Amino acid sequence: MALLSFERKYRVRGGTLIGGDLFDFWIGPFYVGFFGVTTIFFAALGTALILYGAAIGPTWNPWLINIAPPDIKYGLSLAPLREGGLWQIVTICAVGAFCSWALREVEICRKLGMGYHVPVAFGFAIFAYVSLVIIRPVLMGAWGWGFPYGIFPHLDWVSNTGYQYLHFHYNPAHMIAVSFFFTNALALGLHGSLVLSAVNPAKGEDVKSPEYEDTFFRDLVGYSVGTLGIHRVGLLLAVNAAFWSAICIILSGPFWSRGWPEWWTWWLNLPIWN
Amino acid sequence: MMRKQLTLLLVLPALLLGGCEIGTKVTEQQGPNGAAISSVKHKAGMPVVAPVPEPPYPLDAAMLEGARAKEVYQNVQVLGDISADEFNYTMAALTNWVAPADGTVENGGCNYCHNPANMASDELYTKVVARKMLQMTRNINANWTPHFNNNYGQGNENAGVTCWTCHRGKPVPANNWSAALPDPGNIKGNKLGQNTPLKATAYASLPYDSFSSYLAGSENIRVGAKSAYPTDHAASIVNTEKTYGLMMHMSQGLGVNCTFCHNSNNFAKWSDSRTQRVNAWYGIRMVRDINNNYITALGDVWPANRRGPAGDPLKVNCATCHNGINRPMGGAKMLKDYPSLKGAPAATLVAAPAAAAPDTAVPEAAPASPPVAAAEDATKPAA
Repeated sequence: MALLSFERKYRVRGGTLIGGDLFDFWIGPFYVGFFGVTTIFFAALGTALILYGAAIGPTWNPWLINIAPPDIKYGLSLAPLREGGLWQIVTICAVGAFCSWALREVEICRKLGMGYHVPVAFGFAIFAYVSLVIIRPVLMGAWGWGFPYGIFPHLDWVSNTGYQYLHFHYNPAHMIAVSFFFTNALALGLHGSLVLSAVNPAKGEDVKSPEYEDTFFRDLVGYSVGTLGIHRVGLLLAVNAAFWSAICIILSGPFWSRGWPEWWTWWLNLPIWN
Repeated sequence: MMRKQLTLLLVLPALLLGGCEIGTKVTEQQGPNGAAISSVKHKAGMPVVAPVPEPPYPLDAAMLEGARAKEVYQNVQVLGDISADEFNYTMAALTNWVAPADGTVENGGCNYCHNPANMASDELYTKVVARKMLQMTRNINANWTPHFNNNYGQGNENAGVTCWTCHRGKPVPANNWSAALPDPGNIKGNKLGQNTPLKATAYASLPYDSFSSYLAGSENIRVGAKSAYPTDHAASIVNTEKTYGLMMHMSQGLGVNCTFCHNSNNFAKWSDSRTQRVNAWYGIRMVRDINNNYITALGDVWPANRRGPAGDPLKVNCATCHNGINRPMGGAKMLKDYPSLKGAPAATLVAAPAAAAPDTAVPEAAPASPPVAAAEDATKPAA
């Protein structure tokens, strides 16, 4: 693999959080590090356990494989392996792998003298996952409130959990999260199409500079946030999408038990007109 | 500036939590693990199961003997074949349930329905209604037993309704409905029958007059697509949302959520639904029977103050009996003390549920058998 122009700087020794220079080396282009090792460990163990769960389960259909959390009756205790215990260990592995990866990103930031924007942003995605399988189940008092690991099973879980609150679109945090997700997708679409247009000029023409890009959006919508700014906007939108998703599910159950449309009766009951 | 931001940082989340229910939740898993078929209830907000009134006095075996009511009294059309003693006992209970003479109802007590100078007279409309309601109660208890099949491992004997189930000491049950006024023909104030936060739709913007279609008419809920890409699908968004509006009421009226009956993976699929959905299926048809054949059938008997804005009488929906609890009165079997409220399963009355048989042809894995068979099968999800 050819070295890129910044590869030399990338390979800076030191800056590790733990383990000193024990794993402070590269395999090919990949930094290893202590947290790279723990990532591999948790990811491999978790994947193996999912395969084991599929092997003792009723199907190998990849859509239908289901590693389900325990019954609610087990509360916050450990469940037998085949009755949700596997889900509990897979959850530990997943959280271990995700957090290890975030910490590996921190180490790389330290090596490169960068800010921690990337691990912080990834931290919001981890927070969303942890909200679903740890924070909300702990607040509800049972691991059984976590979502099952499986393609169709987790979609069914999402659907049924939504219908436990009659109409989930009325969840205010869900509204905010959805708005951020859609805006994020729109911004990414606009940004991606702009970059592709700029770097794929007509035959015989030069690649277009950011001045062209700015001009295009100033013509179209009267404003261009700029080449650096669009990435800050993207960060803001993506981080908020993940954050409000987490909030909307933490609210559902621990802090609200009725249909979400009914939550809005606080507005109808304001003393101004009631 | 910094202080302002800090204050905002503290106040905003506090405001957000202000709309929340803080406190213990009562939860129940109702499906397989990981399927999210379960209920969450806020302990402090759970409806209180109302106490069930005691019988007016004990009804002993000797009281069942003796002269029949029709021999002792005149114009006894429904309860004529029971003893005069049991008849009086039933009347005393009924008065207590519907129009108690304790000052809560103007002219309450016997005189709410009867002319004290001539108890046999039908001159008060309330007596005509009461007679029809007795026929209705006896029909429900004799012929709509599949609705009372319980899934809680208890026997089914004496499951049924009395006047108290709905009335709770009031001449008009607290939860009732009547048809909505039609939309104005012009644009002003026209909400197209929706976008109005009412209890009937659990405060969603869904169409709010689902009752006229599904709890009074004979429309069926057939809006689910039969294939992944429903190219030949006829149900409109409006009709689909109308059924959603009805389901919001059923959930609200019973204090449950959608997964109490359905697996939202496929709402129509019986084999993935809980057995409670069979009870609900009968419940919808029972309420139709009540509304069409008893309440609306009384026609001009109803005075203006017992009618809604569109002129139709106040009718029954799920909340009328259930009052926000999935087992009305916590499953108390009141009927055991009032044998006269259970009519004989009459051939003519059975015709109502039997006629509903073709309705079971629900899309997807519907019970191809008539509904009675589906109810007998209620211990496991319908085949």
